[in-house]
Amino acid sequence: MSLVQDTLQAVMKKAIALAPDGFIPGGHPDPLIHHKHGLIGAPVSRIDGPLKVSGKAAFAAEFPVDGMAYAALKYSSIPRGRIAELDTRAAEAAPGVVLVMTHKNAPRLQPMPPFMSQPKAAGGDDVPVMQDDQVHWNGQPVALVLAETQEQADHARSLIRVAYEAGHGVTALAEAKANGSEPGLFQGEPLKLDLNDAEDKLAAAPHKVDVRYTTPRHSHNPIELHAATVYWEGDALRVHDATQAVDHAAWTLAQVFGLREEQVHVTSPYVGGGFGSKTLWQHQILAAAASRLAGRPVRIMLSREGVYRIVGGRTITEQRVAIGAQDDGTFDALIHTGTVAMTPHNNMPEPFILPARSAYASRSFLLDVETVKLNMVANTFMRAPGESVGTFGLECAVDELAHAMNIDPIELRIRNEPEKDPTTGLPFSSRLIVEAWRRGAERFGWSKRGAPGARREGEWLVGLGCATATYPYYRMPGGAARITLTRDGRATISISAHEMGMGTSTAQTQVAAERLGLTMEQVTFAYGDNTLPGVVLAGGSQQTAAIGAAVSAAQRQLFETLLQLAGNDSPLAGLKPDEVGGSDGGLGKLDEPQIFESYASILQRAQRESVTAEAEAPPPLELQHWSMHSHGAMFCEVRVSTVTGEVRVNRFLGVFDCGRIINAKTARSQFRGGIVMGLGLALMEETQFDERSGRIMNPSLAEYHVPVHLDVPEIDAIWLDEPDPHTPMGARGVGEIGITGVGAAVANAVFNATGKRVRDLPITLDKLL
Amino acid sequence: MRWTINGAEVDETVDVRTSLLDLLRERLHLFGAKKGCDQGACGACTVLVDGRRINSCLALAVQYQGREIVTIEGLGAPGALHPLQKAFVEHDGFQCGYCTPGQICSAVAMASELRDGAPSYVTEDLTAETIDVTPEEVRERMSGNLCRCGAYNGIVDALTETYAPAAEADKREAA
Repeated sequence: MSLVQDTLQAVMKKAIALAPDGFIPGGHPDPLIHHKHGLIGAPVSRIDGPLKVSGKAAFAAEFPVDGMAYAALKYSSIPRGRIAELDTRAAEAAPGVVLVMTHKNAPRLQPMPPFMSQPKAAGGDDVPVMQDDQVHWNGQPVALVLAETQEQADHARSLIRVAYEAGHGVTALAEAKANGSEPGLFQGEPLKLDLNDAEDKLAAAPHKVDVRYTTPRHSHNPIELHAATVYWEGDALRVHDATQAVDHAAWTLAQVFGLREEQVHVTSPYVGGGFGSKTLWQHQILAAAASRLAGRPVRIMLSREGVYRIVGGRTITEQRVAIGAQDDGTFDALIHTGTVAMTPHNNMPEPFILPARSAYASRSFLLDVETVKLNMVANTFMRAPGESVGTFGLECAVDELAHAMNIDPIELRIRNEPEKDPTTGLPFSSRLIVEAWRRGAERFGWSKRGAPGARREGEWLVGLGCATATYPYYRMPGGAARITLTRDGRATISISAHEMGMGTSTAQTQVAAERLGLTMEQVTFAYGDNTLPGVVLAGGSQQTAAIGAAVSAAQRQLFETLLQLAGNDSPLAGLKPDEVGGSDGGLGKLDEPQIFESYASILQRAQRESVTAEAEAPPPLELQHWSMHSHGAMFCEVRVSTVTGEVRVNRFLGVFDCGRIINAKTARSQFRGGIVMGLGLALMEETQFDERSGRIMNPSLAEYHVPVHLDVPEIDAIWLDEPDPHTPMGARGVGEIGITGVGAAVANAVFNATGKRVRDLPITLDKLL
Repeated sequence: MRWTINGAEVDETVDVRTSLLDLLRERLHLFGAKKGCDQGACGACTVLVDGRRINSCLALAVQYQGREIVTIEGLGAPGALHPLQKAFVEHDGFQCGYCTPGQICSAVAMASELRDGAPSYVTEDLTAETIDVTPEEVRERMSGNLCRCGAYNGIVDALTETYAPAAEADKREAA
C-alpha cells in the first residue's frame, strides 16, 4: 500500500472513531432490543429438527443425478518435487472406469484466488490445480479417477503408479525458523503492536512471569466428509456443495474456470458441520473439471484420510507470554509474541495475539506474530482462529502470575479490567466480564478452591481452574436481504447465508417474525444459495449480526413501500417508516398501536398480490467506532489420576456476556459445543505431522481423538443477556467464543489439582506422570 | 440379493465390495445413514440389524442378505416421529444433524441392551437382569457415536427422558 493510501486510511479510521454515534450503524439502538416478551430469546426448537432427526435433510452428497459418476483422488506421497512418471494404464483399463484425470489431460484452469486476497475469494491455497508436474505438499491430489461406482473408482485409483523426483521440502519447524520469519498480516494489518517499551517495563516490574507455551496442529473434523455433487448445464456450472461460503465459492469457481459469476450456481442447504473447514478446496474444482472432461455429473466425497490430505486445519503456535506487575497486581507490561507456521501457498497467520489486544489494561504492550513457511497442506481458519489458542497462552500466564503473587486469579483479572480499549483507546460498546466473573464464582463454588495438590479423593487429585473467554463482534461488508410479503400475510426472507447447525434458520425466522409482527409459521427463511441477495460468510461468528443488519435494512424499505401503497385512505396515512412497527400481521403506529392496518388489507386495496423489498446493510463502521467484544468467565473442575495421569473433567461452567441471546435453546448448544471442542483442544486433539516427510500421521477419527460422550460432563452455560446497544438485535454472535479460554481453564485446573504446569497442548497423561 | 429394509423386501444386485452403507445410500437412496469416516470410527452410519446396532460402513451388503435392517427412515418421519426423535428435537440433541440418525439408531439398540442386562464398563452390578438408564450408562454406551458439534448433553437428556421412565415402569411391573 502506498503512503498516500496509508495516510488516507488512517484519516478515515480516525474520522470514524470520532464521528458522532448517530452517524454510525448501531448509533440508534435496534428497536427489537426493546421487545422483551416476544420471540427474541425464546427457546424455540429448530425448525429443521424434524427433517434432521428423520434423515430427510439432504446434504451435499445426497443429490442423486442421472448418469452420475463417482470420483476418487490419488494423493502425492512427497512434500515437494515433481511427478517424474505417472502410469495410469491399469487404472484406465479397470472395470467401470470413465476417466483418469491427471495434469496431462486436465482442462486449463486458473489457480484459486486464496481466501482474504479479494472480497469473495474462497481458495484454501493458490497452487495450480492439477496443471503441472509440481508437488507442493505431501497429500496434494495428483490424479482423479471417475468410475460408475465408488468401489470401482477406489480400486482403479489403487492401480495408479506414480514415481517422483523429490525436491527439497521444508517440513521441520526448526529449518523453517532458520530460513527466517515474516510478520503476520491479518485483515490487511500487521499482527504487531509495540506500545510504551514493554520489555523495559517488564524488566523493571517487581513481579513477573515470562513463559512459553505451544499448541499443536488441529483438524476441524466435521462428521460430514467434504463432498460435492457437480454437473454442467451447457456453460453453466451447478454445484451442490457442503460450504459455509456459497457466494465466495461461486465467485472463486468462476475465476478458476473463466466463467462469469452468474454462470455458477452453488447451493448448500444443510452442512454437516464446518468450523472453518467447509470452504473451497481442490476437490470441488477437480470434480467440476472431471465433469466437464467426461461429460457426466460427478459426485466427489473425500475419504476421511482425504480430508486430512487436502483440507487444512489449524496450524502450530509457539507463544511467549510475559507479564510484569506492580505489587497491587496491575500490569506494567503485557508481552505476547511468537511464531506460527504457514505455507508458501496461503496467508493465514494464526492470529493468537488478538485476545491480548483488549483483554487487560496494561502500561505497555508488545504483541507480535511471526510466520515461517513449511511445505504442508495450507493451514486455515478453525473455530476462533487466534483466540482459541491465544487464550491458552494468555490465560495460563495470568494464572501463573496470580499464583506467584498469591492473588486470586479472578481478583487479578478484575484489578486489570480496562475502562476503554487498552490498545485502540476506543470505548467499549458493552463489556460485562466483571459481572460474569462474580456470578460465575458464586455459582461454581470458586471460594472452595484450595492450594495446588491439596484435594485428594482416592486415587484422584481434584482441582479448579478458570480463564477468560473472549471473541470479537464482527460484521463483514456485503450483507443484503430481500423480503417478499404476500397478501395471505406470509413473508419470505431471502439471503445467501448458511445453516451448519448454528441454528441460523431458526433464530433468523424468530427475528424476522418479531420484526414483521408475524408468527414463525408465516415466515420462510431462504438461505444457502448464491443466487439470493447478499454475501454472508458463515465465519467470524458474524452471521447473526450480518443477517440482522441486512434484514433490518430491507424491513425499512418494505415499510416505506407499504406506507406508500397504503395511501391516504389508510389509518396509517402520513406516517413515516420510523413511526411504525410490525405487529399482529400488519403495521401499527409505535406509540399508538390502535392506529393499525393489516398487510392483507394494504395489499388488497393496492390490488397487489405481493410486495418485495431488497436492501443492503450499511458498511460495518461500528467496528471502528467502538471496541466490540464478547466475553465469558470459564470455570473447570478436573480430576487427575495419581496412578495413570489421566485427566477427567468433572464440571464446567461458562458465564457469557454476548449481548442479547436470540434463541436460548440453540445458543446454549453453541456455547456447549464450543466448550466441548475446547475440551478436545485441552486434552486430546493433535494433528501429528511427520517432520521428516511432511505427512500427517493420524489422518483418521481412530487416531485423531475428539471428545466422545464419556469425555463430556453436564456443561453449565449461562449468559447475562444484556443487549449490546450498538448491534442488530443487541446480539454479538455466539458461535466461536465457547472454545476460547477452555484450554487455559482446564490447564489451570490441572495445575490446581497437581501443582504441575503443562504448557504444551494437549495435556495428555504422559505429561503428568 | 435380498434384504428386508424398513419392513420392505429389497432385491438388488451389488458388487461384493459394496458396503451395507453404500447399498442404502447409493442404490436405495436411503440417505439417513451417514458416511462420516467409512472406517467404523464415528458411528454416523449406525443402523439396526435384527434389532442390534452395527456400523453399516464396516458391513458388506452381501453378508447381510436375508437380514432385517432398520434405518432412521424406518423409525419415524416428520409428522410421525419416533418418541426418541421428538426428544432429540426438544432437547436440541444435535446441531448440524449429520451424526443424528446414527445417534438415534444407536440409542434405540442401546435401550434394548440395557433392558437385556448387558453390562458396560460403568455398570456396578454385573449380574443385574436389567440395567437402569442413567446418564453415566448412556455416556459410556453411546461413546461410539461421535458428535463434533458437541451436542452430547442434549443427546443424554433426550435418551434419559425417553428411556428412563420406561425402565422405571418396567421395574414397577416386575415388582
